[in-house]
Amino acid sequence: MDITSATIDLSIIYPELALLVASFVIFVMPFFRGPTRFAPFIAFAGLLAAAIFAAGQWGSQQSGFFGMVSCDNFGVAFKHIFILTSAIALFMGYRYLVVKGINRPEYYGLLLIATVGMMVMANSTDLVVIFLGLEVMSVPLYIMAGMARRSLESNEAGIKYFIMGAFASAFLLMGIAFVFGAAGTTDLRRIVADFNFIMSNAQPFMLTGVGLLVVGFGFKIAAVPFHSWVPDVYQGAPTPVTAFFSVGPKAAGFAALLRVFAFGFADVTIMVTVFQMLAILTMTVGNIFALRQNNVKRLLAYSSIAHAGYVLVAVVAGGSEGLAAAVFYLVAYALFNLGGFAVVVLMETRSGCKSDFSELAGLARVHPYLSAILALFMFALAGFPPTVGFFGKFYIFAAAVKAGYIPLAVVGVMNSFLSVYYYLRVVKTSYFDETDKEFAPVKYTPAVVLVLTVTVIGTLGLGLFPQQLVEFSRAALFAFL
Amino acid sequence: MNLDTLIFIISAVVAVFGGTMMIAQRNPVLSVMYLILSLVAQAVLYVQLGALFLGAILIIVYSGAILVLFLFVIMLLNLRGTEDLGHGSQPISRFTKFVLSILFVFELIAVVKTGFIRSESPIGMMTTVAEDFGSVKAVATLLFTKYVYPFELAGILLLAAIVGAVVMTRDSQRGDSLRIGSAPDSQAPDIEQETGGEQ
Repeated sequence: MDITSATIDLSIIYPELALLVASFVIFVMPFFRGPTRFAPFIAFAGLLAAAIFAAGQWGSQQSGFFGMVSCDNFGVAFKHIFILTSAIALFMGYRYLVVKGINRPEYYGLLLIATVGMMVMANSTDLVVIFLGLEVMSVPLYIMAGMARRSLESNEAGIKYFIMGAFASAFLLMGIAFVFGAAGTTDLRRIVADFNFIMSNAQPFMLTGVGLLVVGFGFKIAAVPFHSWVPDVYQGAPTPVTAFFSVGPKAAGFAALLRVFAFGFADVTIMVTVFQMLAILTMTVGNIFALRQNNVKRLLAYSSIAHAGYVLVAVVAGGSEGLAAAVFYLVAYALFNLGGFAVVVLMETRSGCKSDFSELAGLARVHPYLSAILALFMFALAGFPPTVGFFGKFYIFAAAVKAGYIPLAVVGVMNSFLSVYYYLRVVKTSYFDETDKEFAPVKYTPAVVLVLTVTVIGTLGLGLFPQQLVEFSRAALFAFL
Repeated sequence: MNLDTLIFIISAVVAVFGGTMMIAQRNPVLSVMYLILSLVAQAVLYVQLGALFLGAILIIVYSGAILVLFLFVIMLLNLRGTEDLGHGSQPISRFTKFVLSILFVFELIAVVKTGFIRSESPIGMMTTVAEDFGSVKAVATLLFTKYVYPFELAGILLLAAIVGAVVMTRDSQRGDSLRIGSAPDSQAPDIEQETGGEQ
């Protein structure tokens, strides 16, 4: 086999390469006494270059590296979600890390490597590459969760996430091994082509493998019953990292899950039932546990579990409508969830703030704009019009009803009503609760203000004109199924 | 009995002996040494099957690197040779061990009798495989053509892990953290100091 420029076409992975180059520069800089305070700017330049390269790939339909990379609209759409998430986490970290005394250039480098892992996951139809992408994503995340070495909670978060994550990876790998044993290949396209033959010969092995894959991906998207790590890790990790956790790996997990289950194993009929159970459990458990939380970060942790459940409803609905609704919701969720975390980051840059509910009291009096923004994000999370959260939920439940899963849609809508209680509790605390303590003023920083501007415009703008995002998510599925 | 079979029997006996002694030893250091013995004998089996590369890798990576790491960890943990590693297990755990071992023996018999080994040649003889099966060239060709992308990804994964190990073990408060506003020269960490500080 000759290696020619035709078989290894680097242009297909330019976005990943841009991020890698930026992260290498950041890692190497301290050794040459380089100005490490420029690390965030280098990281942002890398993200910008990656976004431009990724935009150039939109509409193309190519596969490279001997079929290991498949670059299509679906993957490119997710690349943009990851880049947005990564950029927002970068801006949020800029001031926060300095205040908390954990500002190290490695944060930015690891952030970029995690983003590369997500891109790899979303842009492959080969199980080996999906697994490696997942690991490239996870290892930096374990480190970032435990980055605040002086904080016991952060240590706990890092260790817990690492052990549980390694455990889940083992399940995923075992599942891939079973699928390989049954099919003789890890390439999903070849599995699809020979599906009936494989199933008639090695059905038990195939089903075992597929079941283990569900466990592995379920952990990354934080679906119940694979969610036990979420609250502690979200609470303990530095808040910008938590914000990144709550969107990036979840979206990457869903991208890989859709690649594997909506494309690869679409004909394994039992999976519909499995995902239905997962969706119901995830929504219900996430929302019920969120009701009792007294810490904003923990509340957002359980709410992120519930939101994974809503996306799972879209996965169950399937077809082009369901998958478009899933992509729509992931983009919308990225916007308002990151916005919500940006407010928490601002709150936490004050000394001693642990984001308990009681510390929100009095926010509206001192910072009317900030509390209005917080309320907007809470309304979006709860799914009120005219925010994009409403349309996200609307499309998901409409797709579920259209596909005939009416009980599932009913459970989803009831869960949405349930969630209104705890989201509005945040709003109520910040507006109406009296406190005898003086509310320490929040110091705005340009980076976080930029994040808030982008997320507010996104949440409201796409809520008023959702057509753009609908077209984007439909185009993302071009030639996917 | 030809030479092939003789070599097979010797290395198989040594491999099984090493494995048995490994779990029979009370001293963890000796345990690791026996495991190395077993792995070297297994490497001979690989070479006999024609998988030269796998045999070499088994010695270099497992005996050379991973087990030396094991030894380091055991020494760092400061386990005594007399450390009691065998007693005090729960009855349920002892029972499970017993049942699993019996099951495994049956599985082994089943596999040998009926399962995968169906070739005409007796066990231990080289079976007919592709000319360059398991050779360095065959592995390298696959690694640098079909699997070049996963291969490079594994490199990135290792890089992330190494950076992570440094981040988690090095104290960021000792002058090498990045402080916005101070002069660039004063923030750069001293490389000699870093490596020295880790011991």
